Amino acid sequence: MHRTGELYGQFQTLEQQKETATLGMWIFLVTEVLFFGGLFLTYTINRSTFSTAFGIGSNTLDITLGAGNTVVLIMSSLTMAMAVWSAQVGKKKLVSIFLMATLGLGTVFLGVKAVEYKQKFDHHLVPGRSFDMKYHPTHPLPGDDPKELALEKKEVAEAFAHDPDINAHGQLYFSLYFGMTGLHALHMIVGAGLLLWLIKGSFAGRFTPQYNTPVEIVGLYWHFVDIVWIFLFPLLYLIDRHR
Amino acid sequence: MSNTPPTPDHKLPDDHYLNATYGDGIRSWLLTTDHKRIALLYLSTVTTFFFIGGVFATMIRIHLLTPGGALVTPETYNKLFTMHGVAMIFFFLIPSIPAVLGNFLIPMMIGAKDLAFPKINLLSWYIYVIGGCFVLYSFGTGGLDTGWTFYTPLSSVYSNSAVTPAVIGIFINGFSSILTGLNFIVTIHTMRAPGMTWFRLPLFVWAHYATSLVMILGTPVIAITLLLAGLERMFHLGFFNPALGGDPILFQHLFWFYSHPAVYIMVLPAMGVVSEIIPTFARKPIFGYSFIAGSSIAIAVIGFLVWAHHMFVTGESTYAAITFSFLSYLVAIPSAVKVFNWTSTLYKGSISWDPPMIYALGFIGLFVIGGLTGLFLACLGLDIHIHDTYFVVAHFHYIMVGGAVMGYVGGLHFWWPKITGRLYPEALSRFAAVVLFIGFNLTFFPQFILGYLGMPRRYHTYPPEFQVLNVLSSAGASILALGYLLPMIYFAWSMRYGKVAGPNPWPATGLEWKTASPPPTENFELTPEVTWEPYDYNNRPDLGLSAGAPSPAPARGDD
Repeated sequence: MHRTGELYGQFQTLEQQKETATLGMWIFLVTEVLFFGGLFLTYTINRSTFSTAFGIGSNTLDITLGAGNTVVLIMSSLTMAMAVWSAQVGKKKLVSIFLMATLGLGTVFLGVKAVEYKQKFDHHLVPGRSFDMKYHPTHPLPGDDPKELALEKKEVAEAFAHDPDINAHGQLYFSLYFGMTGLHALHMIVGAGLLLWLIKGSFAGRFTPQYNTPVEIVGLYWHFVDIVWIFLFPLLYLIDRHR
Repeated sequence: MSNTPPTPDHKLPDDHYLNATYGDGIRSWLLTTDHKRIALLYLSTVTTFFFIGGVFATMIRIHLLTPGGALVTPETYNKLFTMHGVAMIFFFLIPSIPAVLGNFLIPMMIGAKDLAFPKINLLSWYIYVIGGCFVLYSFGTGGLDTGWTFYTPLSSVYSNSAVTPAVIGIFINGFSSILTGLNFIVTIHTMRAPGMTWFRLPLFVWAHYATSLVMILGTPVIAITLLLAGLERMFHLGFFNPALGGDPILFQHLFWFYSHPAVYIMVLPAMGVVSEIIPTFARKPIFGYSFIAGSSIAIAVIGFLVWAHHMFVTGESTYAAITFSFLSYLVAIPSAVKVFNWTSTLYKGSISWDPPMIYALGFIGLFVIGGLTGLFLACLGLDIHIHDTYFVVAHFHYIMVGGAVMGYVGGLHFWWPKITGRLYPEALSRFAAVVLFIGFNLTFFPQFILGYLGMPRRYHTYPPEFQVLNVLSSAGASILALGYLLPMIYFAWSMRYGKVAGPNPWPATGLEWKTASPPPTENFELTPEVTWEPYDYNNRPDLGLSAGAPSPAPARGDD
């Protein structure tokens, strides 16, 4: 199928093409809901079975970084929405600016996520042979608050008395933590690639009030990835947090 | 047929999708975005996997000729039935009708130039091929012995076979199915020609809409489930491993949430094929169009609510089991609606016994047996008795081979003149259809009896008193193989030597028959406009069909 301008050969009109692309993205997002849904179900069932281990797991996450990242991501949704709006009203310069802002905020999110992952490696909280929930309280790192550590130590000891298999169940929590946030981060990386492609197009002045479908459907995708995080944040960080 | 006027000789069109070149040679096929060429790419790859799965089936049936097992060790036997299931289900049955016939026909049936996303269509074929390579790698480097169901912790911890590449392959292949379903749904929504309203769509398209719903809603779940099982095996995680606190029953729930609806991915398109063939060769409008269309959607929806009937013996709650048993019975209603509507269409029809019609009637017979025995299995009390026996094996082969494959082969016979522009030998193909029907029943009917008498599935050995029934089944399998090989031979022959078919050899009423055979790359010279109701055999003067007048006889390859 050859294309004429922005119109691909299988379509009659630009409107038909836009309607088709948008519907395609919505359906894709439906499949994504089901894809993440399997993980969310696995998480929910294990959370209710092993609430002690999962509670301690939640407590080891850094709420400041998590909450900060949530704000960053919501801001990126705002800039994405502004980019779509700018394209629709034909402000070509603003499209580029807002797309770059979105990409910048997305990159900040991924950077913070990398810092959080590194912490988990330092604390021996990555599933595998060296996984040990007792490791961090007894091996403080420079900069750790001694009062917090003492609390954590007491809590882990109590949990061990309650559930001797806490290391196995803690590994389940962290498997799911890395699985869910990792899959989410992978979606962010794909989104960042799509943004780069859009930015290239916006520099070439491709997006006009008549033709802005790519901005719009990448926007849908970006908002979806944000919403996934809006669910991940309370599930992983907030439930049963008690310090 | 002696008093029908001789049909005029047809000529192949000068330019069509098969001889159009957009580049040179093989590249024009491997880089094509034409849905018709992609359909043929799929045809070649699913046929390859059908052969591979067929070889394993042959070895299983040879092995079971004697009570002690005639051919392989117990470990190898486990691998044979697993690899047979994986090749046939994930790489043949699920893509067969949608990706070959659906891909070829849906844009033509709705009057579009192509699917909504032609590049994604090609991408899904490549994803299928890459997934297939991973699975073949698994078959070649240690095989696979977990059963096609990949139950944990056997698959994720204990199995010594090449599970990881197989799981990766099926994970990858899932995206092929998802993208095909997505493409079909969007195409059916936005690409219809003027006048092609929802209730003028061919029932084949309705069936594929329902199938696509199952593909996009179910496949992501199996993808994430197998991904978790694969990660569990690779990194010794514990999602589904009870030794580490995980829950193996959760795996079964997630697995069957897809894999039960997957049965409808296989059989719904076949029902769509039959709904096209029956009115064509009965020369009558289909009976109860809207009920057949609605029953496809109903099967897709109810199909998502019955998965735990595979798990009656896992110790699930009695109330859950009763609920799932009841919901499973409900599937019988839309299925029966279809069967009654097809038979009502035949009533007082002007029936001609062309090969597609013989396959369609064979489908109805086998589907009825497969469907009714499904009710036995949906029955909670009886299922406890026959669970994991050959009764189950026979039941799902009646649905998946007797139903889905009959529909697929019948559909190939029906649209082969459209795909290649040529007819195949009539007498030989009727013979092949009958051979297939007899061979199938001889293979699988004895398995109902074996299962009822208590022979468990997946065992490499059996007590001597079961030998007669097993030998009958193996003998049937060899007849069945002939029934599959014959069409492959005469289809290949017809591509070069078959009689030229003309645009509408049967004649049938769908839009796909209003263009040349083989069709041009853009499907239609001009975008068609639909002004008629579907299957209106009494009122289509453009096809020589009108009430009261003698209807033209189908063109025959032997004439």
